[in-house]
Amino acid sequence: MSLEVNGRTVDWVENETVKQLLKRVKYTFPLVVVKINDKVVPRKDFSESIVPDNSKIAVIHMIGGG
Amino acid sequence: MTEGQVPVEEYKTGNTEHKWDLKKIKNAHKILAEYSYKKREIQKGYANHTLYVNLSTGEIKEKKVTEEMKKKFTGGRGFGLKLLWDSIKPTTHWNSEENELIITTGPLCGVTQYPGSGKSLCLTISPSTDIICDSNVGGYFGPYLKFAGFDALEIQGKAKEDVIIVVDGEKGKITIETAPKEETDSHLLAEQLTYMYASEDTDKSRQKISVVSAGKGAEHSYWGCLNFSFFDIRRKVPRLKQAGRGGLGTVLRDKKIKAIVAKVEEFDGVANNPADPKILTRIGTKLHKEIRDLDRHQCNMRTVGTVHLVEIMDEYDLLPTENYRFGSFPKASKIYSPKFYELFTQVIPDGCWHGCTMACAKAVDAFTVMTGPYKEQKVTVDGPEYETCGCGSNMSMWDPLWILEFNFYCDTYGLDTISTGTAIAFYMEMYEYGILNKERCNGLELCFGNADATLELMHRIAKGDKGEFIQVAGKGIRRVKDWLIKKGWGDSQLINDCGMESKGLEYSEYVTKESLAMQGGYGLTLKGPQHDEAWLIFMDMVNNAIPTFEDKAEALHYFPMWRTWFGLNGLCKLPWNDVEPANNAETDDPSKVPEHVQNYVEYQNAVTGWNVDKEELILQSERCYNWQRAMNVWLGRGRRKDDWIPYRSMGPVTELEYNSRKERYDKQLMEQLGLSEGEVEKMNTEEKIKLLYDYRQDRYQKLADAVYYRRGWTPNGVPTPQKMKQLGMDNPKMIKMLQQKINEDEKAGLNVWGGRYNKGKKPPSNDHKYWEKW
Ligand code: SF4
Repeated sequence: MSLEVNGRTVDWVENETVKQLLKRVKYTFPLVVVKINDKVVPRKDFSESIVPDNSKIAVIHMIGGG
Repeated sequence: MTEGQVPVEEYKTGNTEHKWDLKKIKNAHKILAEYSYKKREIQKGYANHTLYVNLSTGEIKEKKVTEEMKKKFTGGRGFGLKLLWDSIKPTTHWNSEENELIITTGPLCGVTQYPGSGKSLCLTISPSTDIICDSNVGGYFGPYLKFAGFDALEIQGKAKEDVIIVVDGEKGKITIETAPKEETDSHLLAEQLTYMYASEDTDKSRQKISVVSAGKGAEHSYWGCLNFSFFDIRRKVPRLKQAGRGGLGTVLRDKKIKAIVAKVEEFDGVANNPADPKILTRIGTKLHKEIRDLDRHQCNMRTVGTVHLVEIMDEYDLLPTENYRFGSFPKASKIYSPKFYELFTQVIPDGCWHGCTMACAKAVDAFTVMTGPYKEQKVTVDGPEYETCGCGSNMSMWDPLWILEFNFYCDTYGLDTISTGTAIAFYMEMYEYGILNKERCNGLELCFGNADATLELMHRIAKGDKGEFIQVAGKGIRRVKDWLIKKGWGDSQLINDCGMESKGLEYSEYVTKESLAMQGGYGLTLKGPQHDEAWLIFMDMVNNAIPTFEDKAEALHYFPMWRTWFGLNGLCKLPWNDVEPANNAETDDPSKVPEHVQNYVEYQNAVTGWNVDKEELILQSERCYNWQRAMNVWLGRGRRKDDWIPYRSMGPVTELEYNSRKERYDKQLMEQLGLSEGEVEKMNTEEKIKLLYDYRQDRYQKLADAVYYRRGWTPNGVPTPQKMKQLGMDNPKMIKMLQQKINEDEKAGLNVWGGRYNKGKKPPSNDHKYWEKW
């Protein structure tokens, strides 16, 4: 009942979408690429894609900075 | 016209209007030297000449740009390095007669088809660091300098009285003129000179003038920035962009230059004379569309500029508050971007050069100044950008209007907001500990959040106040650290650990405690802790994508090469990765934005007619990056000890800091240092801080080891002759000097790794002189 998000263990929540997960782990940066088990989730699908249990998630924050 | 945009004719800023007798002011000018030159077309991005002005002798001449110079140094910052190498000595200091102030352009500078193509690069020996400082800046001066016929302007010597240098691209004439009656502060001076030198009394004419200046603050501190103007045709005011870091404005005023004026004739989208305008238009149009369609869903730079980062940094615990003690603060939402959105005058487009769709150069019109010599006047404030807001939070100022006031005075006084804000935040922390107090601060109660005292300090610096503290405060953190220690007012380790400077330059506004790679991004740099070499915090701390020392070293090789490349070409970094193509996520390496990298390859080829690939772009940077480091070595610096950073940027200095993130640090003691929960529980905070202190300093040394090795340097950080030769930078004088320095280091026992390697851990190489086999 857990996830690996950027190499760190995070609890799995049933029926949680990518958008909700990002909010929960406080990843608020707008330029992120999300991969679930190495498969890219298109940004437009963040509100619908459900995060499966035991998955490995990469949330790649694109470099910003002034 | 875009929705919400105001027609040019209808918009009024509401600023205070000035009535000057410009004729009288101009009549007071005396021409000290003049030089006429033959006007010529730019060829494939290059004017093929640089301009040399000596203020001591009055000599003005042109120098030819050779093909060899282009091959080795590309342009922009690279040309600046070459010109400095030819003109200064290893003993040159910032205020030496022979020190130069150089403004360069780059082959892509001045293009209007591709967003972000109007940057100038400025170089000098810095008063803060006594090594080369480079700083990039928008505004129209760089493109105009090139359109007037020069790839770079090189100023040596010092004038005896206040002068202006005029580069008149309309007449083909350069003059050095006395300027006794003009104002000094930039918002006034830029306006006076724009109106004075415009050929006609029209906005279009005024748009063909750009002024470089620095105000009174630059005269009396080491934080002097250069203000580059551009006449905003909608607002009808000259606006100011800053080459902020390293005291370039201080050098300008030390040379008694009040301003530099560039003036051009007509120019158009192909003034740069590109080899292949069609390709340029194709890639430019594609990026314009991408920015227009996607920016609002990504960083929203077109609406709020870089201040969108305030809330992000706060949420990721990276927003410096109270001199970098903390990375977030309950009051921070008071300075989030929506607050500035309400204040920005939304008169898009707000680009700092023509054709920049990103248009992040936001401004507030009719801001009522609250203090100081311009109190109650209404002015346009350029910005604030993220860094300036970060200075606010670092000093614990949470009022957006106060941040605007700070921004306005920094700009017009010619003070770098970053150095000013970071340094004052340090003074405030020292005040909190009683190391400074009201008496020692010449009557200022410089505690966190004291808005009035902070502005008063700035006004007194600008006035040249002779108070002991005011004098040393304006010279920055390093000098204040030495002063406090010499006075015996506090514990030297605490003072050194809290003062956020490296190499003598103040840090920019990011908390780096949890990102080792970014500690390197600030410390293992050429000019000092500015985020324009690499910004790796997310990649390292959040994405966890570069876990090993080798991974971090690779990132600290690759990303600085990109940032350097923009400086060689006259480009802005923001359109590279602050917007991304819709399909970027599906590419092999999204963090490098492959489509934009390919754009840059095509872009440089389309302008110059070369046939380079992306590997060659990196090589262009590597040549200049290593050359600059080698020059720092030549100037007696550029070694491991010079790359050291204060502990505040590595970890918690005080118990307050540790306890504010206790769970995080306790966990690290267990996970990274192998302590048991029981052991951690038994320790007091002081003991825990001490353990982390040793561990984190050793990690930084190991990172330096890996980075020096990856960059082809010795373990003491000196570029090796072998590396320089591989890059084709085989100037015999330079190679001989490097070998000599390596031999000196060898004798002194300094060619050794800095990290502690035990329990089967290995340094990057066991071969003592690994580079000799390359
Ligand atoms: S992105 Fe912003 S800073 Fe860069 S060139 Fe465009 S307007 Fe200027």
